[in-house]
Amino acid sequence: MENTFEPKVVAFCCHYCAYSAADLAGSMRLEYSPNVRIVRLMCTGKVDTLHLLKAFEDGADAVFVAGCEEGSCHFQEGNLFARQKVIEAKKLLKEVGIEPERLEMYHIAASNSVLFAKAADEMTERAHKLGPNPLKTQGKSI
Amino acid sequence: MIVGERKTFEQIWDSIKDLKSVLVLGCGTCVAVCQAGGEKEVGLLAAELRMKSQLAGVTIKIGEATIERQCDREFFDAIKDKAKEYEAILSMACGAGVQYCAEVLEPMRSIPALDTRFIGVTEAQGNWAERCRACGNCVLADYGGICPMTICAKSLVNGPCGGSKNGKCEASQEKDCAWVLIYNRLKKQNRLVDLNKVLTVKDYSKQTHPGRYINEVYLKPRMEEKSAQ
Ligand code: SF4
Ligand code: SF4
Repeated sequence: MENTFEPKVVAFCCHYCAYSAADLAGSMRLEYSPNVRIVRLMCTGKVDTLHLLKAFEDGADAVFVAGCEEGSCHFQEGNLFARQKVIEAKKLLKEVGIEPERLEMYHIAASNSVLFAKAADEMTERAHKLGPNPLKTQGKSI
Repeated sequence: MIVGERKTFEQIWDSIKDLKSVLVLGCGTCVAVCQAGGEKEVGLLAAELRMKSQLAGVTIKIGEATIERQCDREFFDAIKDKAKEYEAILSMACGAGVQYCAEVLEPMRSIPALDTRFIGVTEAQGNWAERCRACGNCVLADYGGICPMTICAKSLVNGPCGGSKNGKCEASQEKDCAWVLIYNRLKKQNRLVDLNKVLTVKDYSKQTHPGRYINEVYLKPRMEEKSAQ
């Protein structure tokens, strides 16, 4: 059973940096985890704690938010707001009994495709270690 | 606005965990502005409760709704029917709203999800501060628009006390001495001389509870009774 588990990892990426980095990773033919589904946003400042919780509620095994590096957000400080939302969401996840490590914030420059690939692999690895989102395994018959 | 703060998740969970169904009801006015009990916070709390109940292996139907205000009867009309499908309301309004919820929807249980903190202002994003204690006898005109009842830790209307030091209050170094603020404000307004005024005694009788305020103009009109001849 465990061997067949393929985690679903959701990545909220900003258009200007992290998404460009993901794009570049593709162009460079860098290999990264195919488990990652990218949600592109104009800026990670748009990410709300509610989006992060909903992703888990809808069955994501791991989620990460990837914004620009500190100081280079195209909208000044959207990435910093996103980081606060991630911290808040981690707290809420812990309260309900979901491992907060399933969620993480990354700062990735548009040129840093390697870091994007690393983040994708790291979060997939974490999900593999932690197993499926407990919401999918608990409270169900069998 | 009324500023509220969400109770801990543990406290909220404890208060609803034995129920079969609960409607999380937000208030779209004060507590929505201070980001404690508006539509978004309803979404967050409901999501948390759904996940928690699933993980705890209990089935609780969790609904979400937000009305404009919970301190005005007519706004409840929008959710009256929906409320009937639930065992209790988890109200995210201030204490007044939670109580009105219990009254308007009686005998439905109404459970508070917030702790009501104070009447205050938004000083900065995510930062709210108390400004008024609803004393019922506002003296701001004489004190440069700074409330001695609220800002002074001892509510002195005749300050400062001997504990005022370098502009700070002896109760806490984090707090400004209200009387230094009042002095500086009056100085800017060229009204320092007003501090010499002997003010009338403050009417504390208005602070008896529960308060009530009636404005005849807006009372529902009634036919004049014909005087017996
Ligand atoms: S119920 Fe309370 S929080 Fe809501 S509008 Fe009325 S006073 Fe404000
Ligand atoms: S004096 Fe202070 S507490 Fe009283 S009504 Fe005015 S602001 Fe509010």
